[in-house]
Amino acid sequence: MRKNIANWGNYPVLDCEEVSFSMEEQLAQYVDAHDNVIARGNGRCYGDASLGEHSISTLRYDKALQFDEQQGIFECQSGLTLDQILDIIVPRGWFLPVTPGTKFITIGGAVASDVHGKNHHSEGSFSNHIISMNVLTGKGPVTCSPETEPDLFWATCGGMGLTGVITTVTFRLKKIETAYIRQKQIKAKNLDEVLQLFEEHKHYTYSMAWIDCLQKGDSFGRSILITGEHATLEQLPAKAAQAPLTLPKKMKLTLPFNLPGFVLNNFTVKLFNALYYAKNTKRVIENTVPYEPFFYPLDAILHWNRGYGKDGFVQYQFVLPMDKKDGLVAILQKISDKGWGSFLAVLKTFGPQDDLISFPMEGYTLALDFPVRDGLFPFLDELDALVLQYGGRLYLTKDARMKESVFWDSYPNAQRFHQIVKEWNPNGKFRSAQSDRLNIQFA
Amino acid sequence: MPTVLILGAGSDMAVALARRYAAAGHTLQLAARNPGQLRSLEQDLRIRHRIAATVHAFDALDFDSHAAFYQSLPTPPDIVICVFGYLGSQEKGQADWKEASRILHTNFTGAVSILNIVAEDMASRGKGTIIGISSVAGDRGRMSNYLYGSAKAGFTAYLSGLRNRLWHSGAHVMTVEPGFVATQMTQHLKLPPLLTAQPDQVAADIFKAAENKKNVLYTKWFWKYIMLIIKNVPEPIFKKKKL
Repeated sequence: MRKNIANWGNYPVLDCEEVSFSMEEQLAQYVDAHDNVIARGNGRCYGDASLGEHSISTLRYDKALQFDEQQGIFECQSGLTLDQILDIIVPRGWFLPVTPGTKFITIGGAVASDVHGKNHHSEGSFSNHIISMNVLTGKGPVTCSPETEPDLFWATCGGMGLTGVITTVTFRLKKIETAYIRQKQIKAKNLDEVLQLFEEHKHYTYSMAWIDCLQKGDSFGRSILITGEHATLEQLPAKAAQAPLTLPKKMKLTLPFNLPGFVLNNFTVKLFNALYYAKNTKRVIENTVPYEPFFYPLDAILHWNRGYGKDGFVQYQFVLPMDKKDGLVAILQKISDKGWGSFLAVLKTFGPQDDLISFPMEGYTLALDFPVRDGLFPFLDELDALVLQYGGRLYLTKDARMKESVFWDSYPNAQRFHQIVKEWNPNGKFRSAQSDRLNIQFA
Repeated sequence: MPTVLILGAGSDMAVALARRYAAAGHTLQLAARNPGQLRSLEQDLRIRHRIAATVHAFDALDFDSHAAFYQSLPTPPDIVICVFGYLGSQEKGQADWKEASRILHTNFTGAVSILNIVAEDMASRGKGTIIGISSVAGDRGRMSNYLYGSAKAGFTAYLSGLRNRLWHSGAHVMTVEPGFVATQMTQHLKLPPLLTAQPDQVAADIFKAAENKKNVLYTKWFWKYIMLIIKNVPEPIFKKKKL
């Protein structure tokens, strides 16, 4: 059925045919019979990466297939969400090796975006933990892994679905003793201090910082660094230790409709950031929290994306090499000067990444939300120019608007990726609004 | 723990029901025409809920095989859910008896054939629950789907009669009339989002209503009132509406 579909940013909204499947034969038949198809999971990428002429929903293809509870190896169909996987594995003492800031994504989406988490600097991105996967390519179903058909494997990790539809994924889990995190929050009064803190805390498994990007002068870049480790049984308070692997209670608020645009303005963003910064009255807070608020603070509010109004928003996430701190300053300065601060901005450091087309590289990454409004795109083009100048790049999963040249100039392996995509998707059958915009197949 | 037999276990509604019953610890017997397609569901239920599940071949249209199918089950089920159905094409069925008969026989005759056998067994054991998934389409014939609707109307009447009969022997029959449900069967239809339920909501409703031995369940609940209105529109007006 044709309908207007948008992903999490509510921008762009495109007229697509959406179909679903629950058996691989149905998928194969559909892919055989149609051109211009692209897989779509739970719609949590922000822009147009999973939108196209025919969007194939994987949400009904959601079965857990194998779970080796001794070795911590899990196999499932691509439409299973991280949320459902956690429900299965946490009570049995296992955790996702890598998780992004929402658990409402599918495993297929996690692979196609090669998601990273707060542990990238210590444990890499999702692809580092995949044992093997099956992909329905333009040449039929293929099993691939880092050893078998490695080109296909690496072009599929972070490849935005352009090699084909990911059908099943086998990956390694991480052993946990408890469902809790030992969390440490440290207030940093400016950018220099938070970068220093990242350096001092790089041996922590998980770390990230909330940054208030509207501050100027001495407070420029003030932030709260949050680090964490999976809590051991001994670290739990007596009551929690009685049932250390209990799933957190599901508490969900929902924003039932789009907030009018005027709700989010400079004043409210400033106020929010000030309150957020002030809520930590001590410089350092250490506590033990369930994993949900630590990893997924925004998931508690379903449809928080509606907070940006009906015109939607774009999330702007870039990465800059470690030695380009001045680039980070220049970009933050530009945002602060413009006064278009984001509700929440997240700063992280990445460890090395040698994937073909995945987003992370060793350096700093910053993610910001900008509501769509007049003048936004020209402004983001100016930011793109700075990102390019400092040798960085943008996250394809969150991109809804970058220009073709920005992609080709910033991803060093773009040509190689293009060649592999052409090999496995020879007729350009798998393509999205994003791949058309960036001219990935036909260049 | 009770054993649940799901007839037509490949559908989205059946998957949701299987997961709901497995979450409560029930043993599952999954039956469909192509049992191969149920393997992934079987694995999924075992992994998620650590319950035992078995897979069986069952063809609603192969009436002669039904007795042997029921005999071959590892244990007689405590709860039988008849989920299979075939929406088909009204337009095609009007001119093509093959399509019409497939609609009628899948939704009505096939269901009666297998449930007759189940009912005999439950009557003799003096216990058990039969849950029949009918449809609000059976409440009033409409020009756009009266083949499907009339088969479901027949099924609804069959279930109410069976309920009356089995009550005397201690078994329970529940009729479920779902409204619009977002499934593969309806994915090509433009359904109004406010009136459309997700399969897991429907499954949760069915689970709870069956525990409470409800006779007829409209899900979502407001369909009871929608259908009350639709049933009471006078025929001269209804005819003109081209519904």
